Amino acid sequence: MTTATTTGAKAHAREQELAAAAELPRVLHPASAYVGELSPGVSAGDLVWAETVPPGGYTSLVVAAGTRVRVRDTTGDACAHLLVFHADQPTERLNVADTVKVQWQAFLTAGHLLLSDQGRALATIVEDTAGNRADAPRHDALFGTSTLVRNAERYGSGDVFGPSPAGRELFALAAAKHGLTRRDIPPSVTFFEGVSVSDDGRPAFVGSSGPASITLVAELPLIVLLASTAHPLDPRPEFTAGPLDVVAWPGAPTVPGDPAWDATPEGRRAYENSTAHRRTRGADR
Amino acid sequence: MTTAPATAAPLAIVPPEVATDAVVIHDETVAARNPWTRVIAAGDTLTMVDVGGNQAVDFLVYDAHDTELRYSAPDTLQGQDTIYLTTGSVLRDAEHGPLMTVVADTCGRHDTLGGACSKESNTLRYGHHTRAQHACVENFLLGGSRHGLGKRDLVSNINWFMNVPVDPDGALGIVDGISAPGLAVSVRAERDVLVLISNCPQINNPCNGFDPTPVRVIVTRP
Ligand SMILES: [Zn+2]
Repeated sequence: MTTATTTGAKAHAREQELAAAAELPRVLHPASAYVGELSPGVSAGDLVWAETVPPGGYTSLVVAAGTRVRVRDTTGDACAHLLVFHADQPTERLNVADTVKVQWQAFLTAGHLLLSDQGRALATIVEDTAGNRADAPRHDALFGTSTLVRNAERYGSGDVFGPSPAGRELFALAAAKHGLTRRDIPPSVTFFEGVSVSDDGRPAFVGSSGPASITLVAELPLIVLLASTAHPLDPRPEFTAGPLDVVAWPGAPTVPGDPAWDATPEGRRAYENSTAHRRTRGADR
Repeated sequence: MTTAPATAAPLAIVPPEVATDAVVIHDETVAARNPWTRVIAAGDTLTMVDVGGNQAVDFLVYDAHDTELRYSAPDTLQGQDTIYLTTGSVLRDAEHGPLMTVVADTCGRHDTLGGACSKESNTLRYGHHTRAQHACVENFLLGGSRHGLGKRDLVSNINWFMNVPVDPDGALGIVDGISAPGLAVSVRAERDVLVLISNCPQINNPCNGFDPTPVRVIVTRP
């Protein structure tokens, strides 16, 4: 088939979807075609988004308040690097220091909130099948993501198009899709590869518990940036990453009466601040 | 505010690792609850003195010529084998480049996990009644605004003289300090850097011994 003419090039382009019928698309349209494991009570027909982020890849989503976003490590080799921003005013964003300080806990798991710098809940972790426990944390909020410099030192390359992409480079690309720059990228959290801290403050890489998933509830409209790349403290000499399945379905933000609302006084006040914010903006009925 | 003339006579209060042959080019007392900013030239050393004891000094640092290259707590921790800062710690930017190095420390250890207090986070930590209180983020925003920096430029910072242990089960919190009057920490600029300091005004936890006090900042040139 010729691609020397516009007619030929158009036909060539349109042939490709059919020619690749055997390959699984990375984003499913419709999302209900997803066949992977879902949370109890959720069916594929509920999904508004389904995507597989390849190892070394990234994605971003804009979701309405209340949306559930589930990220699944399907192989046990993935590390999910995550950032969240208020979709309508992205200078408000994840603040990991406030998140761990306000909640008196560095090892995040189900029941914890992801807090913004404005004293609001951006998201709640409502499900964590990695079994994050005190003696074997499976997620990390202290050590951030990887850089070009460090991945080049450790693996020979941190280039996005190379074999061992750096998390900060992936975040820079994902952020740019929303008009955000490196200036907008704060410290991030990672899921599925844990780091413990000894009595005298020494970190030790714990790693993965195998295939697992976490589910977030968006408490405000969010920009979600997600990168799949090795944890910065992963001691394995070979770059280790895996695919991440990302699915989303609609729901409601946390409201009074939900068990999460009153679980802690700090969390309750964060939900109060988020709810008041949605109301003053006219976003709640 | 006092600025001493350049003198070859090192102050006794500057740790000997820094003071030997160093020339004092700036010496100032930052009042309790106040911000302070200054460009520190490559090679110069900033010494912060906990005058009254257990006074948290919230600290951010930027490449003076490209403020997008700013302090990164995670990159700093990736480059060492402890979650605390002390002598030898290299303060790194978000692209992993060195901004400053801790060259002397008579306190022992410092925090970079707990971030800065803010009016907004105070409402979560202590109650909505604390929203009107002064906070470090206010100081960072005010100080940063004089250098073209804004909210987007604020990230997880350093808290000199603040004690934030992490228990093996992940429990973390600001507890009674281990600093004392006259203890000091000195950081050498690895390139021209802009330093933002908030002399923490927090009164709801032990980070300032429930009584914010002044901090002395001394810049020396080798
Ligand atoms: Zn403070």
